[in-house]
Amino acid sequence: MTSDAIEVQNLTKTFGTTTAIDDISFRVGAGEIVAFLGPNGAGKTTTIAILLGLIEPTRGRIRVLGRAMPQERQAVLSRVNFSSPYVALPYDLTVDENLEVFARLYGVVDRRTRLRSLADLFEVAHLWTRRTGLLSSGEMARVNLIKALLNDPEILFLDEPTAALDPAAADTVRSLLVRLKEERGITIFYTSHNMREVERLSTRIVFLHDGRIVADGAAREVVQQYGKKDLEEFFVALARSGHQGLS
Amino acid sequence: MSWGRIWALNLRQLFLMRRSFARITDLFYWPLLDLFFYGFLSLYLGTEGRVPLLAGVLLGALILWDLFFRVQQAISVSFLTELWTRNLINIFVTPVTLAEFVVAMMLWGMIKISITATLMAAVAFVLYQFNIFVLGISLVPLVTSLIVFAWAVGTAITAVILRYGQSAETLAWSLAFLFQPFGAVFFPVSVYPPWLRPVLLIFPLPHIFEGMRAVLAGQPLPSPQLVWAFGLDAIYLLGAFAFFAFMFSLARRRGLLLKLQD
Repeated sequence: MTSDAIEVQNLTKTFGTTTAIDDISFRVGAGEIVAFLGPNGAGKTTTIAILLGLIEPTRGRIRVLGRAMPQERQAVLSRVNFSSPYVALPYDLTVDENLEVFARLYGVVDRRTRLRSLADLFEVAHLWTRRTGLLSSGEMARVNLIKALLNDPEILFLDEPTAALDPAAADTVRSLLVRLKEERGITIFYTSHNMREVERLSTRIVFLHDGRIVADGAAREVVQQYGKKDLEEFFVALARSGHQGLS
Repeated sequence: MSWGRIWALNLRQLFLMRRSFARITDLFYWPLLDLFFYGFLSLYLGTEGRVPLLAGVLLGALILWDLFFRVQQAISVSFLTELWTRNLINIFVTPVTLAEFVVAMMLWGMIKISITATLMAAVAFVLYQFNIFVLGISLVPLVTSLIVFAWAVGTAITAVILRYGQSAETLAWSLAFLFQPFGAVFFPVSVYPPWLRPVLLIFPLPHIFEGMRAVLAGQPLPSPQLVWAFGLDAIYLLGAFAFFAFMFSLARRRGLLLKLQD
């Protein structure tokens, strides 16, 4: 049995009279790749933001790498990282400058060696002195992932890591993620709207709808349990008709 | 508190400045325009023999005022830069603490003003033979007090921007000017109506600028003014920190850190 990288118990988040997260509980084992799924507005981003200490929960208990969040925020954040295509690295800086700053923020020892090895891994050494704003979507995604790996994180939180990428670039990113899990044992907790990608990448899915977890298990098991052809059909049925769509 | 992380946040600002013509010109364009205007005006008035001390008083006040405004602005704009570049989330998912973030903003204010003040002092000396260092050792407490108040105002403005987002960004450029007519910057407190004077004296600026004028008039730096200035500085700075911490906590409760980037 794997130890828990993430443990969420009875998490609730309300904004005024709106309940964004409604008493959810789940665990993510160390070394798992868990896809956190759901339609827009289901509460995925809010949950990830809570796990990263960006939003304070209304109720519930959260432990990340065995430490309480947000109480032990600083200790947790030095051991995890986050990447999202919607959170840009500053465009005016070169790739090198951006990564240098974040390496320092994470207190990376021997920054030059670390940056060089990541540049080789992601094959972006030729982009090093280019302004970040001039990168293509695929190049930007790779640079974002380098940023997310600077501190050799034990957990990687990814928000739609392949959004806006062409199929070839998306495939490269997926392969890199699988390689990271296999070679470094990183736990990956990510959101995606690409169900084929989820089926290929994840060891488990947690499906959120209207702030509640409606499915938690291996993608294949969830699909079979609800008698659907694949995850895409499951997603569409749930998104369009809620729980009734699953019956 | 990690000075490595604080330096990293400032390094980012330095990288941004190096790549931005607008940011570089901001260091000297407006300060020099002010200096030219007030410098030549005071020269004219001085040569006419109307007010012998005027040149020194105006230029000294201008340089110190600019120091105050620029430090405050540097703090607020460094935070706005994180918003404009949609980088706030990236910063706050690192182990950077709130205290480190605030100290980094304050340090950035110091770095920027060191460049601007040096330039202004040099130009004032070359063009108008005004040496800001005639203030001597008195310059140190006056400038220190001024910078601490600028930190407080800049931090408070940043806290408001944190809560209300870019719709409040105009405060970064405008709020400090509220203190210009009511801070006894270019003229003494005695100019104001008697009923207004006690109100003005709850801010450090009148104490600081009264002190500067006393020194320029050949008197020693008045200790009571200095004590008042530093006492008020401490109150405003602690208040600004508490306000920023409260606004940050509010932002986390309401999910504003995510919305600020939308």
